[in-house]
Amino acid sequence: MLSSVNLASDLGAVWLTFKLATVVTLLLLLIGTPIAWWLARTRSWWKGPVGAVVALPIVLPPTVLGFYLLLLMGPNGVIGQFTLWAGIGLLPFTFGGLVVASVFYSMPFVVQPIQNAFEAMGDKPMEAAATLRASPLDAFFTVAVPLAKPGFLTAAILGFAHTVGEFGVVLMIGGNIPDKTRVVSVQIYDHVEALEYGQAHWLAGGMVVFSFLVLLALYTLNPTGRRK
Amino acid sequence: MSRRIQPLALIALLFTTAAHADEVQIAVAANFTAPAKLIAADFEKATGHKAQLVFGATGKFYAQIKNGAPFEVLLAADDTTPAKLEKEGAAVAGTRFTYATGRLVLWSAKPAVVDDKGEVLKKGGFDHVSIANPKLAPYGAAAVEALTALKLLDAIQPKFVQAENIAQAHQFIATGNALIGFVALSQVMKDGKIGEGSAWIVPANLHQPIKQDAVILDKGKGKPAAEAWLKFLKGDKAKAVIKSFGYEV
Repeated sequence: MLSSVNLASDLGAVWLTFKLATVVTLLLLLIGTPIAWWLARTRSWWKGPVGAVVALPIVLPPTVLGFYLLLLMGPNGVIGQFTLWAGIGLLPFTFGGLVVASVFYSMPFVVQPIQNAFEAMGDKPMEAAATLRASPLDAFFTVAVPLAKPGFLTAAILGFAHTVGEFGVVLMIGGNIPDKTRVVSVQIYDHVEALEYGQAHWLAGGMVVFSFLVLLALYTLNPTGRRK
Repeated sequence: MSRRIQPLALIALLFTTAAHADEVQIAVAANFTAPAKLIAADFEKATGHKAQLVFGATGKFYAQIKNGAPFEVLLAADDTTPAKLEKEGAAVAGTRFTYATGRLVLWSAKPAVVDDKGEVLKKGGFDHVSIANPKLAPYGAAAVEALTALKLLDAIQPKFVQAENIAQAHQFIATGNALIGFVALSQVMKDGKIGEGSAWIVPANLHQPIKQDAVILDKGKGKPAAEAWLKFLKGDKAKAVIKSFGYEV
């Protein structure tokens, strides 16, 4: 059955996955909010192309994303040459590399709910705030953000859950290093490949329960659908 | 309703053609990809049968075969998986044989990084060593054995980046993300010599021989095309191809 060494390695993978998803979710809320705001309110010609780029990871197989990230972040790639120049070193096989990849990969799941919430809000609340002499930034934080709260909640939950469920990209650029890049999904894959079905079960079963609870929380806590 | 039937009929038609008698479905270990393609082309010319090749990790093939995959022949990366399948009744007894013995190589995509004695392992100057997951891949296990024999495992292990199979281990190095790593000689050999970069062929006495066995699976039992493939694989023409990729036969 489960030896203590294997258990420690499984728990290490669980902790790493949790850490990765948390960092990625926080980063995405920071990066994704201005993008979502811009996409929701702009009339620029660029809205189409930018929206399409943000949504690409929904359509692309993770292997495509992983393959190009491996090339781009490698010593001959644009990102790789930048990180070498900046003294950070190369990103593949590092936790930082997984964070960067996951930010791309989970971007649409965070941007789109926030964008939808901003769009649903319309122009009126911001105009009303402006007539009350609130600065645009003040109005954004005291009017727009509270109104879009359900969107933010959905974005955070989906961004977190989608990063936890990431596999293909990590497999392509992770290098399966314990406590650095060996996340739960990769660990499950290894167990299955090595025919350690018992160990695969408790992790895989855990993922099913976790995913169900996350979605249950999303659908019960978040009343966006019913409000309108 | 009748509209739905047409696409279904088409799909059914597709499956019937795929299961045609003159075709053999072969699961091929990732390290044997290049020679298998060449041998398949020769095989088709010589026999008229068609060889349908699927490439991947041997461990994955095992799980798929046990769960009803349609493969008729397995060219494994090891000798334990075919033996296990035979013992469990999923392969045809008496058809198992070693079609190639693999050689391990320490390789860099850059010239003059790996010297011809493997001293680079002691000297360092690299951040990552790419290796196929030793738990899953025979070439990965052989690399760990060789490093253990050289008393370098403790020094090198923290630098391991593990690939899912030997093809991905090669990819990590080819893209420059790992400066050096352990791959199969067959992956870097072209026309009898190292094609690109620099390499050290790890002496065969540093690890257990990487015997790669082939076997006819349950689904290929009594199929002429499957038997023809195994016979062709034992022939001189196939052997010459296998040798040209650095395997021993």
